[in-house]
Amino acid sequence: MATTQTHDAPAREPGNVESHRRKGLVPEGSTYLAIGIALVGIALTLGPILYLILGGFRTQGDLASNPTGLPDPIQWQNYWDILSGSLFWHQLLNSTLVAVATTAAVVLFGTMAAYPLARYSFKGRELIFVVFTTGLMFPLTVAVLPLYLLLRDLHISGLWGLVIPQIAFALPVTIIILRPFLAALPKELEEASFMDGISRIGFFWRMLLPLARPAMVTVGVLAFIGSWNAYLLPLLLLTGDPSGMTLPLGVTTFQGQHSAATTMIMAYTSLAMLPALAFFLLMERRIVDGLTGAVKG
Amino acid sequence: MTALEASGRNADPVVEQSTAGSRPPTPATDHPRRANVRKWAEIALFVGPALALFLTFVVYPVISAARYSMYKWNGVSQFSDAEFIGFENYARALFGGTSPDTKQAFTTAYTQPFWEALSHNFAIIFLSLAIQLPLALIVALTLNRKFRGRAFTRVVIFAPYVLSEVIAGTMWLIIFDPNGVATQWMRAIGLDMPAGGWFEDPTWGFWTVFFIITWKYVGLAIILFLAGLSGVSEDLQEAASIDGASWWQIQWRINIPLIGPTIRIWAFLSIIGSIQLFDMVWVLNRGGTAGQYSTIASYMMEIGFFRSDWGYGSAIAVIMFFLSFVIALAYMATILRRDNAHPGKAR
Repeated sequence: MATTQTHDAPAREPGNVESHRRKGLVPEGSTYLAIGIALVGIALTLGPILYLILGGFRTQGDLASNPTGLPDPIQWQNYWDILSGSLFWHQLLNSTLVAVATTAAVVLFGTMAAYPLARYSFKGRELIFVVFTTGLMFPLTVAVLPLYLLLRDLHISGLWGLVIPQIAFALPVTIIILRPFLAALPKELEEASFMDGISRIGFFWRMLLPLARPAMVTVGVLAFIGSWNAYLLPLLLLTGDPSGMTLPLGVTTFQGQHSAATTMIMAYTSLAMLPALAFFLLMERRIVDGLTGAVKG
Repeated sequence: MTALEASGRNADPVVEQSTAGSRPPTPATDHPRRANVRKWAEIALFVGPALALFLTFVVYPVISAARYSMYKWNGVSQFSDAEFIGFENYARALFGGTSPDTKQAFTTAYTQPFWEALSHNFAIIFLSLAIQLPLALIVALTLNRKFRGRAFTRVVIFAPYVLSEVIAGTMWLIIFDPNGVATQWMRAIGLDMPAGGWFEDPTWGFWTVFFIITWKYVGLAIILFLAGLSGVSEDLQEAASIDGASWWQIQWRINIPLIGPTIRIWAFLSIIGSIQLFDMVWVLNRGGTAGQYSTIASYMMEIGFFRSDWGYGSAIAVIMFFLSFVIALAYMATILRRDNAHPGKAR
């Protein structure tokens, strides 16, 4: 199929096609195939999301009678009700606090732990590293029932109950990504710093942290997304007052409480989605790099 | 250890170490033994917080799960009062328990839902490899060229992976509502929704959920494959093209084999993720009103937490851990081994 379309190709952007052809990469017609598949993929991905956002502008009756067309009439009431109330903002704040605290601690403790594991040599170094890597085998789902009891016994509740275990569960992948990165920094850095009389701790703060910034951003972004989307722990820990919940749990709770008002749920879900989408658009490169790095490393 | 000697017992100031070949650099100190103590204190300071958090909140709960799984316990009463029943919880899940009197009842109450949930996990593993993998490959291979809007396409296709399961799940719950847009579209083309509803139908409920899972996760596969393809040398493709290879031949003979390691790692992540699948299934009505798309994780939460059978729930958790562990080891030993044997090619 790709080859049969070759003759149509010069009709489109002659210069571009020429350079492609000179490189002899592939039959040019398959560019149309690529664009076709891209359009289908975009429609399948964005379609449901747009439908959700538009649904928030509908009246309940409009959704029932005309679910496919554009909202008619457009009503701002759903979004206005949510944004003028305090519940959404509380949950947004909770999610932000938890994600920021988790990310900061994961990056700090993870880098601290990865530093000696990468650049000191001492007895038991590999053992400690192996202990951390086994963490990849222990998903939260396996540990969640005893973890719930442990947190109850330690009287860790509320948002801290999310932050602390999330740090612990995000550490293995953080250390696994950071260790080779830190190990690859040239040895001469330490030699020079130590000659200037800087201690190891001083070296960590003044040299290593600034140099490790790119890798720290990558692991930080992964930790942030993990925390932002977390559902299982909040489900167990944040029972009770909805204004103490994080956004994912808030969405399901809202859905349970307003089951008749579908357009209201659509508005709430859309609003809950927007911060994540904005963050994703800003950090897209970092996220992809982080994931491909995590997979390859 | 030479490194220890280098940093500890060696009395020479480290300033001179630039001549000392393989010894790691060490800060200048006045006293060797003090330096050694100081070094271990530093290691403890750096590794300590992470290790303490990890051992307390990851390792300890996992070990506790193994312990609880030997007891009959509701999670509310004192654990010291719980009744020790050995491997009975496992026996109930796997084959209806060891007592002939209760075997019938336990098989219905425990064994059947367990195996049903497990079969869903394996169905999802199989379908991911049979449907998501070819789909992602075709999309990645066709998108692997320059065209206007390529960057935008990548971003959009990857977006669902970053959305939370809750938001994606809630969105699809509304779309697949019995009176929702999906039903109306089906009616518009003269069909109807599955007889019992998109999610409730005993047969089609699972497929609806698998569709949603694919929507949510296939973007990761596409992005990983595209990243792998960007590392394939254009010279090779060019040479093949000049030799008269068709587009498909280039894909089959060059691109797909060369991103083999990426595909195998993705398959690994997908298999492990399928065994531990929870959030999405839970958001979609807790695994279905009759458990028609339950997974072991959703089954564990349902029975362990919400029906307070903590011992049994812990046994399910341990089985889930054991499964992913064995599958991970087997996969690494057989399939990933050859990739790691040639690290240079593992790109």
